[in-house]
Amino acid sequence: MAFTLYTLIQTAILCINAIAVLHEERFLSKMGWGADQGVGGFGDDPGVKAQILNLIRSVRTVMRGGVVVNSGGYRVLQLLGERICDNASWCI
Amino acid sequence: MDYSAAQSGFRQRKLQHNMRLRNSSVDGPDGGQLFDDTSAAGPANQGVYRNQQAGPQAAGPPGQSFLSDPMSNLAMVYGSSLATQGREMVDKNLDRFIPISKLKYYFAVDTVYVGKKLGILVFPYMHKNWEVSYQQDTPVAPRFDVNAPDLYIPTMAFITYILVAGLALGTQNRFSPELLGVQASSALVWLIMEVLAVLLSLYLVTVNTDLTTIDLVAFSGYKYVGMIIGIIAGLLFGRLAYYLSMLWFCGAIFVFMIRTLRLKLLSEAAAEGKLVRGTRNQLRMYLTMSIAAAQPVFMYWLTYHLIR
Repeated sequence: MAFTLYTLIQTAILCINAIAVLHEERFLSKMGWGADQGVGGFGDDPGVKAQILNLIRSVRTVMRGGVVVNSGGYRVLQLLGERICDNASWCI
Repeated sequence: MDYSAAQSGFRQRKLQHNMRLRNSSVDGPDGGQLFDDTSAAGPANQGVYRNQQAGPQAAGPPGQSFLSDPMSNLAMVYGSSLATQGREMVDKNLDRFIPISKLKYYFAVDTVYVGKKLGILVFPYMHKNWEVSYQQDTPVAPRFDVNAPDLYIPTMAFITYILVAGLALGTQNRFSPELLGVQASSALVWLIMEVLAVLLSLYLVTVNTDLTTIDLVAFSGYKYVGMIIGIIAGLLFGRLAYYLSMLWFCGAIFVFMIRTLRLKLLSEAAAEGKLVRGTRNQLRMYLTMSIAAAQPVFMYWLTYHLIR
């Protein structure tokens, strides 16, 4: 399977975008994954679920200003990438 | 050098000091581009020195008249100070992105260490003591401790893997120079993804460990040694040899990773082999097992398409 670095960047952007668009009210709270339900114990052991919730919340906070990906931004990136990949014989 | 026999005094010492300044600044950055007549100043350094002692006799290399003019002397000192400043700025800014001083630690190896480490990678079953020794809170350099991770072997193994992959493709008439780049980027991407996955799982399980990212890159790079030997065995002796050597090296890297990570990830008691109950220790044990089990999978995945 020929992965390129560009594929990696693409995958990373898509994954972060997927985490960023999870809606707080409609979805996460219904599933018991809301932001207020994770901080349970202040002991020494946060647990896997609390860590995952922390991660989701921080990704959403960071990406709040940049959900550019969902708009034409991603399409522009894709076109740019294809042009680069077409013009170069190597596609790193 | 008979400079000590020549005239002594304040000016002599000042000249020597200037000479050393010039020496260090010419050797440091690419001094050839900063000073116009490095060819006269470089190898003819000793010549200029002796000429200074012989007094202002003009029958010498052009460096002598260059040096006796105070204005150009001043210009040279100013230029060398500019060069040193520039170099310091570049070093400081580069150090912010790539921790060069930390990287130097990982390349502090010698031949004995490399030999022993390769031996442990191939046959980890006899090695008894897997602990990394520390020296006042910092791990000892790999030169002094076989168990310390290094980056020399993984880097060399990675590059050798790319070359051997090119060789394997060439023997099957599937080679073209672009394929080397494709192989390289593909293997690099798998490495990055593996390191990211390990980092993510370490974060989720909240392990308090002193494993740095570079340590993880080093551990992920150790499997390339087995892959290289597997591919070469497959090229020389056929598919059976490939499967046998891959089996051997998968087992070896599995044991190696478990024994190395056990000391870093698990708590003290569990690392010594006692059964410690509790979900946290169980999670950590699973994490160690899965990291170690992912290595043979990657080894097979990255090499099977090379042996047809």
